[in-house]
Amino acid sequence: MATRLKPVDVVLVGFGWTGSILAQELTDAGLQVLAIERGKFRDTVPDFATTHIQDELKYAVRNALFEEPARETLTFRNSSAETALPMRHLGSFNPASGVGGAGVHWNGQNWRFLPSDFVQRSHIEERYGKKFIPEDMTIQDWGVTYNELEPYYDKWEYMCGISGEAGNIRGKLQSGGNPFEGARARGYPLPPLKRSYATAIFDKAAREAGFKPFPCAAANTSQPYKNPYGVQMGQCTYCGYCEWFACGNYSKSSPQTTILPVLLKKDNFAYRTLCDVTRVNKDSSGKRATGVTYVDVQGREFEQPAELVILCAFAQHNVHLLLLSGIGAPYDPKTNGGVVGRNYAYQITSSVDVFLNENVNPFMGAGALGQAIDEFNGDNFDHAPHKFIGGGYIALWTTGGRPILQQHGLPDGTPKWGSDWKKARHENYLRSASIATHGSVMSYRDSYLDLDPTYRDVYGNPLLRLTFDFHDNEHKMSKFLTDKAALIGKAMKPRSIKVNYREGHYSILPYETTHNTGGAAMGTDPKTSVVNRYLQCWDMPNVFVMGASVFPQNAGYNPTGTVGALTFWAADAIRNRYMKNPGQLIHT
Amino acid sequence: MFLTAAPPAHPQGATFSSIERGRYLASAGDCQSCHTNEGGAPYAGGRPIPTPFGTIYSTNITPDSATGIGKWSDEDFYKAMHAGIRRDGKHLYPAFPYPWFTSATADDVRAIKAFLDTLTPVRQANKPADLPWPLSAREVMSGWNTLYFHEGTFKADTKKSDVWNRGAYLVQGLGHCGACHTPTNALGAPKTDAMLKGGDFGEHWYAPNLGGDLKRGLGAWSTADIVEYLKTGSNAKSASGGPMAEVVKNSTQYLSDADLNAIAVYLKDLPADKPGADSASKTVDSQRMAHGEAIYVDNCTGCHMENGAGIAKIFPSLKASSGVQAEMPDTVIHIVLAGARTPATSGKPTSFAMPAFDRKLNDDEVADVVNYIRNAWGNHGSPTSADAVSKIRKAVTQGVE
Repeated sequence: MATRLKPVDVVLVGFGWTGSILAQELTDAGLQVLAIERGKFRDTVPDFATTHIQDELKYAVRNALFEEPARETLTFRNSSAETALPMRHLGSFNPASGVGGAGVHWNGQNWRFLPSDFVQRSHIEERYGKKFIPEDMTIQDWGVTYNELEPYYDKWEYMCGISGEAGNIRGKLQSGGNPFEGARARGYPLPPLKRSYATAIFDKAAREAGFKPFPCAAANTSQPYKNPYGVQMGQCTYCGYCEWFACGNYSKSSPQTTILPVLLKKDNFAYRTLCDVTRVNKDSSGKRATGVTYVDVQGREFEQPAELVILCAFAQHNVHLLLLSGIGAPYDPKTNGGVVGRNYAYQITSSVDVFLNENVNPFMGAGALGQAIDEFNGDNFDHAPHKFIGGGYIALWTTGGRPILQQHGLPDGTPKWGSDWKKARHENYLRSASIATHGSVMSYRDSYLDLDPTYRDVYGNPLLRLTFDFHDNEHKMSKFLTDKAALIGKAMKPRSIKVNYREGHYSILPYETTHNTGGAAMGTDPKTSVVNRYLQCWDMPNVFVMGASVFPQNAGYNPTGTVGALTFWAADAIRNRYMKNPGQLIHT
Repeated sequence: MFLTAAPPAHPQGATFSSIERGRYLASAGDCQSCHTNEGGAPYAGGRPIPTPFGTIYSTNITPDSATGIGKWSDEDFYKAMHAGIRRDGKHLYPAFPYPWFTSATADDVRAIKAFLDTLTPVRQANKPADLPWPLSAREVMSGWNTLYFHEGTFKADTKKSDVWNRGAYLVQGLGHCGACHTPTNALGAPKTDAMLKGGDFGEHWYAPNLGGDLKRGLGAWSTADIVEYLKTGSNAKSASGGPMAEVVKNSTQYLSDADLNAIAVYLKDLPADKPGADSASKTVDSQRMAHGEAIYVDNCTGCHMENGAGIAKIFPSLKASSGVQAEMPDTVIHIVLAGARTPATSGKPTSFAMPAFDRKLNDDEVADVVNYIRNAWGNHGSPTSADAVSKIRKAVTQGVE
């Protein structure tokens, strides 16, 4: 029997980026906010202490900061003709566990989506005609536009202290920045990170190839920074341990380095760690949430009543909780009816290894130290001759040169072991770099999340089942992008290059990106979306859903910047619309 | 509900403004830091105060009638603050800084009492001091007072400005800066000829010289630097840690800019030591320096930078730091072994922390890196040894090497 606790105004399920932003915004509005987190509390010192955090075996190999599949996992299959099996190891994506969420172990690669990304279906239909979209592709407009989100992107970037070069300020193109980005109100708060030699070679080659390269925006601070909350950050030391690691120098934006110092002091905020939320509870009408049920680390069950329930967990987990709680109709791929679990998407990546003549010192890096071109992202180019939808950026990142897992490939023909392998490694460690492509994935009728009919978790609840594979559209697009990357690779005048296309079925094992999206898609029509443009559930107005689970399809950029902007946008709607008149904000 | 009289909003006779003034002055006196035990109710006492002679426990100064100061009159309270005599007529030990508080005006002391009277009474009995005979007999303090205690309210120096005098009043009186920052004699009395020239706080913290010396004092600090440090916990030259972080957190961050400026003006007027008074004449062996530098590069440069300059207002500079070059190396050794944390203040909400290196560096390595830090980039500090580190390690960490 669950112990009933004292009610709060707002309960947040998950205490990562979105939970921290909402907690900060909604406590500012005077609400009593409680965050419930499945992992532990973590802070820069002692948990991420510098000289201890640079431990590749512990963090990158043994996954110390990630979700533990022994505690929570999902089942996976490529198509509904197969039987999904539970994953005992994760590989292709690495959700976090613990306060700060994946905001602790991300690279800090920060992007805005293109204006056309937010009107994906109507834009494509308008430019290429309705027939250009394959029948089984279920892409849709977001219900929110880039211009509406712009002030919230700005808020996010200034909170994080993003280092970058603006490409378009109020419609005026800026030299050195990304000329394809949507117009922004002002430049980044900090200048770009110092360039690595490899990015400089890429930049020169890309220019020679006729492109307009620019320094990628980074949530790694190029200079000391004080954000609008008064929270301070140090300056990146280019230690090369960002991705899959936490920052020991207060120089990668995370909830710990940008929000928690002010949030944790507030009397109207509290958090509980090592607690698994198992249900969003509903009243007898089934139209209103009454709070959540959670189980603490000792196995005790609690009922936490709340006026407002906001799901702030990692993308799949939000969808899992909606399905377990019976909020919104579950998606059925056979009938194409229902919404929860619909439009799961991912990203498609590939690389071109470049073996150079110069020493480029890969170990001196930062998670978002990169140079990119954006000519082939979104709808920045004419898709008509290519017969695919979507695109991606092409970038050379110098994120680090760790000894175990962060070695670039070796030239074709190198043996896999023995003295010749050693010799090749020795010759190439300092003299190689890799160009990455980061491609979008559209949503499809047969890519979805639902409850597994067989496998259950420790609480007896069905596991979440992921059914996903790459489609021809994505393979075509990825090949196109990879060929462009190879073009730049050759222009870098290397000894040789090695092109690594992404081919065949999606595999959940090798790492690609932790950019899982969808399942609780936002949109303008309750028949094809779980949440409205303010991220409010159509079926239960006092439940909101944050994070990439609301993306109706995935763009060719890292999602965190857009997740941050959407969270500020939703927080604004809750403060200035919902609190004044609690109820459904959009009437269809 | 109409029959029960509402409790008075504040004690009879005290006005709202005197209570608020008292709250402010209690902050200036940093009463809360000592009179609150870790995890305990504020002002309920019980915090162990180690002294070279034994441990004294701070007392309950909430208005509880049985265990606090609920029965104390304004006069009783003034006598304690001004003369070091408690309500039962017995002597207080100077761990309670009455040798400084004596100079506070009666009016200010009354305001502090008015504020303390508004606190929620906490029933928590005081713990007896853990001192050996004859110190356990409070009568001996009468002799100590005769020798070292100078009772008397602050007298303004008419040759100095009002601002200077306000600073002197706060520093010498309620602020009791000298309680830590002045060297003491064998009997724990401040050396009056070396006021604010740096003192051993105990617990392996050394409170640096506040005089005008360039290397060891505040000679290179502007008044604005001092104000920022006291208001926010750090400035472009340094950051507070250890006991001073607590002072900033509980006391100085709440002082008005005018008062902080007055303190700075007063401190900036303190003289520098005479040249040649440098006791750190011994130099460190060059091989040990090289070893220390290697450890520094591997472990410290990420924040403190290769040139020791740190990052202004975030990671403190070790170069030209008075704390680093202090007469005793204890603070530096303490921080290397146990880590440190800047206070979270409203001006700088981030509490930057340095991790502990006790599990990573052995005594020799700590000694080498400390000697390097104290003698690199133009710094100059007396050498320390692995033995000294070992003693401090036992005192400030779990003792694991």
